Amino acid sequence: MDNSDLCPIVACMTYDSDILIAGGGLNGPALALALAQSGLSVTVVDARPAPARAEAGFDGRSYALAIASKRLLSAIGLWPAVAGQVQPILQIKASDGLAGRGAAPFFLHFDSAEIEEGPMGFMLEDRHLYRAFLQAMDAAPGLTLLSGETVVAQEVTPSGATVTLASGKTLTARLLVGCDGRGSGTALRAGITRVGWGYGQTALVTAIRHEKDHHGIAQQFFMPAGPLAILPLPGGHHSSIVWSETDSAAAAIQALSDAEYLEVLRPRFGDFLGEITLAGARFTYPLSLSLAQSFIAPRVALVGDAAHGVHPIAGQGLNLGLRDVAALAEVLVDASRRGEDIGAADVLERYQRWRRFDSTTLALGMDSVNRLFSNDNPALRLARDFGMGAINALPRLRRGFMRQAAGLSGDLPRLLSGQPL
Amino acid sequence: MESQTTVDPAEVAKFEAMAAEWWDPNGKFKPLHMLNPCRLDYITSQIAAEFDRDLTKPLPFKGLRLLDIGCGGGLLAEPMARLGADVVGADAAARNIPVAQVHAAQSGLTIDYRHTTAEAMAAAGEQFDVVLNMEVVEHVSDPLAYLTACQHLLVPGGLMICSTLNRNTKSFLMAIIGAEHVMRWLPKGTHDWKKFITPDELCDLIRKAGLDPVDRKGMVFNPVTWSWSLSSRDLSVNYVTSSLKR
Repeated sequence: MDNSDLCPIVACMTYDSDILIAGGGLNGPALALALAQSGLSVTVVDARPAPARAEAGFDGRSYALAIASKRLLSAIGLWPAVAGQVQPILQIKASDGLAGRGAAPFFLHFDSAEIEEGPMGFMLEDRHLYRAFLQAMDAAPGLTLLSGETVVAQEVTPSGATVTLASGKTLTARLLVGCDGRGSGTALRAGITRVGWGYGQTALVTAIRHEKDHHGIAQQFFMPAGPLAILPLPGGHHSSIVWSETDSAAAAIQALSDAEYLEVLRPRFGDFLGEITLAGARFTYPLSLSLAQSFIAPRVALVGDAAHGVHPIAGQGLNLGLRDVAALAEVLVDASRRGEDIGAADVLERYQRWRRFDSTTLALGMDSVNRLFSNDNPALRLARDFGMGAINALPRLRRGFMRQAAGLSGDLPRLLSGQPL
Repeated sequence: MESQTTVDPAEVAKFEAMAAEWWDPNGKFKPLHMLNPCRLDYITSQIAAEFDRDLTKPLPFKGLRLLDIGCGGGLLAEPMARLGADVVGADAAARNIPVAQVHAAQSGLTIDYRHTTAEAMAAAGEQFDVVLNMEVVEHVSDPLAYLTACQHLLVPGGLMICSTLNRNTKSFLMAIIGAEHVMRWLPKGTHDWKKFITPDELCDLIRKAGLDPVDRKGMVFNPVTWSWSLSSRDLSVNYVTSSLKR
């Protein structure tokens, strides 16, 4: 009896692609490129129409890429396309600020001169990164991008997954990867439940132009309402700012005119960069933690915010997502080269084992940092000012923090070391 | 031996359930699933080295005829077929054959599964580029006769990969007491420790069978990472060898 004789009775799958990725944000394209470059066939389903994304103007939205993330972008060939548009982060200053009073005497100071890897990270605008991803996906053999499409249903068999798109089209793959954010439909349809909570805080995000040069220094002020991050953009006179307030205060501030908005921002910001003006669109993001109870289900894996939506403190959201990308790509490519079924439960379990501890620890770590710093209790302020001073005084501890923030600690996937798969 | 000519849907449903059991990484065959990536790493790298194949390219084993002896549910046969090899899976237990066939069909793979033995295939004059002989030799009554049959099954220059269990106090504690009695990974009586073979004994038998041993590695379980890895030095319990036909 030949295998094919069984096909009328057994569900014999043929696959449109090896891997189907739901979500075309940043993690989805990064994973798709890494896999396609290693010879796997990949389809990416992206809800947004491609031209709208490709033609985006300056809106100030940007990312602080950790060194490990930069290495991943280099390994998948994307870095040359964005290298001319990044601002290296040469120093990071974190301090405990009281609105209107400037920084406390003790503050954290990280200087890239202390670690051999060079700059501590790179600021890159969302639109430049998107455009580079779109061009790379367009040029990658074995990669299909379906823009303006969404997954509305999914079904798994012992050997694969079938998804139905809003257009009515069905697609099959050995593995379905959800890169569809913290409201992940992929996770929901797979029956993966989530735990999480809001912080009662909303991030206000915009870009400003300032009189003085930022000299590549990123600043983070921990304020009673939440952190204010000032992240240097290319050219020396633009910075991206991320600023947290309570939900009600943020809603009120967002409703203000640009001039009034600046009046609220100015005392928080201080005058160390001289006169400031608004330079980008204003966005708000409610802050919440959302962890998937499992990062995998039969024939399904979750990546990035779909697995763990974190507080955007320290800019770790994208960096954490790219760590998932690097780990999953490595697990899948290694499995494929061994001849294993890339969507098999034991293969997916390797990914979950690798990533779950790291990402959950980091998510909860950032949660407690935020709780510690978003507090106006004088004793706590004194304690954390002292703690920051102590970290500053201990170079080894400080370098440890820097390497963690740079994504250079832990069991690193090959892509995060800049190596090919 | 018997070959099926008709397909009974009720029988197939039963085989599908058995296939699901074989392929459940946390089920009855968990120890094999845990060992499989390590075995596959060894097998793929040895075949790639011997036949000059690039594992980063699609279908690297295309054109190679490969026999998996004691194929069970197809845990090794399927990966080999996925890498492009032309695979025959043989098992002396008749019940494994339709189970493996059903799973291969579900996976969209074409594999020639047969209820037969190495000796019967050698007598029929079958020839292969690669013979996988994994965790079988410790179960046969006459290892030399068995290995000689494997030698006959290889084309000149062909590769046999053979894994088994070492015979010493540690292997007794790990494979019999640990795996069968404490962890209950394997049913009691799966292994007869007296049939375990030391690497030197195995290499002697392989030479007597007309093959040249070219490599040996240990397969070591790490309880911290809960996974198996290859070792050049530690062959004290599980080990795997490569041999070539002159």
